[in-house]
Parts: sequence; structure tokens; C-alpha cells
Amino acid sequence: MKFLNRLKTAIVGLKTNKVRSALTILGIVIGVAAIISIMSLGAGAQKLILDQVEGLGSNTIAVLPGREPTGISDTAGLFLDSLREEDIKALLLPSNVPHASDVMPVAFGSSRLSYGNETYQSTILGAGSAEDSNVISRIFDVYPSEGSFFTAGDVQSLAPVVVIGDRVREELFGNQRALGENIRINGKRFRVVGILPKKGQVSFFNFDEMVIAPYTTVNQYVLGRKHFDRIIVIADDARYLDDTVRDITVTLRGRHKITDPAKDDFFVQTQADLAERVSSITSVLTAFLSAVASISLFVGGIGIMNIMLVSVTERTREIGLRKALGATRADILWQFLLESIGLTVVGGIIGILLGGLFSFGVSLLLTEQLGNAWQFTFPYFGAVLGVGVSGIIGLVFGLYPARQASKKSPIEALRYE
Amino acid sequence: MEIINAINLEKTYYTEGLETRAVRDVSLTISRGEFVAIIGPSGSGKSTLLHILGFIDPNTGGEYFFEGKNVNDYSDDEKAFIRNKRIGFVFQSFNLLARTSVLENVKLPLLYSDVPEKQWDERAKKAIDAVGLTHRLLHEPSELSGGEKQRVAIARALIREPEIIFADEPTGNLDSASGKSIMEILQKLNEEKNHTIVLITHETYTAEHAERIISLRDGLVERDSKVEKRNMASEFKK
Repeated sequence: MKFLNRLKTAIVGLKTNKVRSALTILGIVIGVAAIISIMSLGAGAQKLILDQVEGLGSNTIAVLPGREPTGISDTAGLFLDSLREEDIKALLLPSNVPHASDVMPVAFGSSRLSYGNETYQSTILGAGSAEDSNVISRIFDVYPSEGSFFTAGDVQSLAPVVVIGDRVREELFGNQRALGENIRINGKRFRVVGILPKKGQVSFFNFDEMVIAPYTTVNQYVLGRKHFDRIIVIADDARYLDDTVRDITVTLRGRHKITDPAKDDFFVQTQADLAERVSSITSVLTAFLSAVASISLFVGGIGIMNIMLVSVTERTREIGLRKALGATRADILWQFLLESIGLTVVGGIIGILLGGLFSFGVSLLLTEQLGNAWQFTFPYFGAVLGVGVSGIIGLVFGLYPARQASKKSPIEALRYE
Repeated sequence: MEIINAINLEKTYYTEGLETRAVRDVSLTISRGEFVAIIGPSGSGKSTLLHILGFIDPNTGGEYFFEGKNVNDYSDDEKAFIRNKRIGFVFQSFNLLARTSVLENVKLPLLYSDVPEKQWDERAKKAIDAVGLTHRLLHEPSELSGGEKQRVAIARALIREPEIIFADEPTGNLDSASGKSIMEILQKLNEEKNHTIVLITHETYTAEHAERIISLRDGLVERDSKVEKRNMASEFKK
């Protein structure tokens, strides 16, 4: 018997029981749809995060305090105060780090802002440089729409001046003029010298909801400490990225008097490192969620087996008749096997369409929330995999019922009532 | 020429540990072109015998030669091929596929044959025409009368132009008029197309449509004789 005729026979069999066929594949449909959605949204989330990481520029190097975490239980909390003003000075020396075009410390914390009766809970970012007034604009690609960033002199003199984000301005001032006004940050008076335009998320910072002040002022008057949360170093050329990472490491070890690299109290991260870490986290997460969703595929497969066994019993007479009319064991085996594979493959295709549709819908909602930062991604690989896996489920779970069918002797089957 | 040669056939079932000797010791020969009726009361083993002769139930003792070859020498697939090509079956309960048209039901054996698909419709229509059901071509079994269903089953048995047709109580579920028309078709197939026909029945009147009657009782052949005065469902040119 030709394969095509076997397939036709199977299709006729499925069509005869349309409602049952539809209900049977529901488990597979849901499983595949869930996996496709997870893969699509996972890819979208990964792209979103990577875009933000890369938004800082690929020449950006971050020096972080503490030991580089290597696992969940790692005591990353040690040495969190290791980065100091002297480190900035050391890193700025061309003899130490020749290819550093910019070096900027960053300290941040939460802060309570108030102006008159208005208050706003926000993040304060201490940044800037005692030598270069434009370093913040260059590194974060943000420019005040009114006023300007504080100067190198402000940083040196611990000036109580602040640049506020668009959202902060709206919350505190409404339609009033903000520039030149004094606001209170944790009780200390700051003069607004600049206002940032609406910017949205840049890297991990939402500048709209933030205030930026000289890091010296922030450490002294707001956070009350002397260390930084990170030091950002920009390499003057991507070619010297690795050299610069090495130079930074050597310089800081020298200054911190560390001889054993295992005892480093800081670690250096490039954007590439970060991107890699983010991708690996989202990949693991996607894989984990997909594995959970594939339980539904497994359950769906058992459902298929169950129904096929019922179907084989129900159609015992049909099997007997077909055998009496000349069907071989293989003919019967393939008829039922193709029915179950047909069921699961169709279920898989419907699942892919539904999953694609669902994640597209979610993407539309997210685009509304996040602007163009979110992009819909259709997981083509996942789609091919989905159909393949569905087919294999049909094969695996259909094999036993189909074998049962093919083993029936024609006379037993014909006599069955 | 002998088409069937059975020697000391036996068939013993075990159902729930209980032994049933359905066929005890049956020897018979059937030649090409014969019309044989196997008759006997229920439990005489006539259906079991037919199933053995028709390759759908293996014998547990004795020897069965089909066209000169011992059935034990056939593989499963060869048996399937013989059921498909050399044998046609007509069952008491018709055994048509529900929700499937007359045309598709009749084509069913072709699905398991090497007949090119292009010829399927033509052949099926010819077989349906031979049993006078052309006007029911696309009807489903549920829309047919009992007699019509059995005629579909005969068309299905005919489509491969088999050497031998086994009919298991073909008139058992039919009224006498429909039964008569079935017997007419069988006699016609035997007379005009020279198909060998083995008919099973428990009615003497139906059996007397055949040329020869084999009577079974308790799994043994009681009598094997020519029919003296044959019932003809209609007149044929001899």
C-alpha cells in the first residue's frame, strides 16, 4: 500500500471524528502555544535588555566594588566600599591607563525630594568629574533642555546644585518654572541648574525619574559616605578595550596593595561581559520556562495515547474488516500511527499560530508601554522545533495503540461486538 | 481443478480455560467453479470452518491446501495478499464502513492492492453496476436497505475478481425478497463468471440454491452430497 493512500486513510479516519480529534489535540495546542509564546517573549526581553546594555556604548568599562560574584551563595557583599577618590585620580593618570578617555565615578541612592508642599521619592545619581564639565553628557548621551550640567568647579567645591529629570520636574513644579529654584533633597537645599528632556530608559537608568548632582556633594551631604558604587571608564578605541581592562586592574591592585588576584576587592566589567551575562540569564530562563511548558506537551501526548487506544478498541470491527479484505499488519499500523502523528502535527501547527498571535498581541501592549524599545520576534527555530516535537510525540504515543491495532487477528476483530 | 483441499481440519478454542472443539475433523475438497453450501445448526462449526478456509482464522490441526499450497507455508503478508486478491468475503452483518459512501466502501480492497489508483473508480463502478446499485453510488450505508447493503458487500467482494467468494449467512439478516435477490446475484456470478462460491446457511431452502451441500454437525461432516433439485432464484441461460 502506497504511503499517500495510508495518509489519506488516516485523514479520513480523523475527519470522521472531528470533535474528538479537536479535543484530543488541545493539550498539544496549548503546550506548543505556551512554548512559542515563551520563546518569543524571551527573545524580545533579551533584545530589550541587550539594546539597553549596548546603549552605553561598547567602549564602556565599569569598575565595580566587591568581588565578582560567581554564584548565588557568593558573598558579593564584601569590600563594597573599596572604590575611593584616590582610585579616580590613579585611573586618570595617562601613565597608568593610557587609553582611558573618560573616568567618572558614580554613586547613587534613594532620596526624598521636596519643593514647597510637593514631595517626590526619587533616585539621586552622584556623577561628574573634577576636571571635565561635559563628562556626564558624553557618557550617558543626555543634554539638559534648560540650563546646563554642573561644572568641574561645582564638583570640586561640593556645590549643592542639581539637574532634574522631566518626570521630577513635572511632579515638583507642575507648570511652574523650575530652573534656578531651590529644592530639598533629604533636607539639604539644592539649586536646580538644569532640566533634562523626556528621555526614557537609558541603559539601567531612567533619567526622567532621577536627579543628578556632583558626586562629591552627593557623597558628602546625601549619602554620607566616601566610596562609589562604580567607576565608569571609557576607552578611546575599541581596539584598546582589553588593554584598558588590564591597565585598570593593574592600577587598582597596585593602589589597593593586592598581590593575589583571588583577593581582588573590585572587578572590571565590559559591556560585552554584561551582554553575555544577560543573554545567558535570559536563555536559561527561557529554557526553564519552556521545559515547564513542555510538561503540557507530555500530558497532551498521554491524552493522544489514551484516545487512540479508545479509538482502536472502538474500531476493532473496522480493523478486522480491513484485514479480511487484505490489509497487512503494516497497513493497519501505519493507518493508526499516521492518525496520531497527523493529530499532533496539526495540533503543533495550530499551537504555533496561536502562540505567535498571543506573543504578537503582548508585544503590541509592550510597545505601547516601552516605545520602540520592544520588538516582536517570531521564534522560527521554535516553530520548526514545535512541529518536529509534536510529530515525535504523535509517533511515540501513537506507536503503542497502533501496534495493538495491527496485532489484532482478523477473526477476533470481526467477532468483536 | 481443486482449489480447496482440507484434510482432517481441527479448530480448538480456549476461552477462559474452557476448551471448545469447534471443528473436530473435517476433510473436504472444493473445485474451481463449484457452488457449495455448508449447512448446519448453530454451533456446528460451519462459520469457524469458513473462517479457516477464508484465511482469517488459522486451523489448530490438520492440513489445509489452497490452490495446492499448504496454508502453513504462507507468511502473514502472503495471507493478506490472498485475502485481498484471491478471496472475496460477504458477511451476515454486511460489515460496511459507516459514514462512508457505497463507492468508497466498494473501493476498500483496492486500497490494499497493487491496482493503479487511476482504475479504482472505474472498477468500483463496474462492480456496483453488477449488483444493480449504480443509483446508490454516493449514498452511505445508513441510507440503504438491508438487501442493498448486502449487495454493496457483494460488489466489494467482487472488485478484485477473486477466485472464490465466501458468503457467511448472507441472507440471514434479510427479508425473503431481498434474500432471493442476493441468491440470484450469487447464482449469476457462479453461472456466468464461473466464480467459486462457498455459502454458509442454516436454512435448507437457501442451501438448495447451491449445487452441493455439506452438512456439519458438532464439528464433523455429516453428509456431503449433490443437490438433486436445485432452487433457482431466476432462470439462466446454461
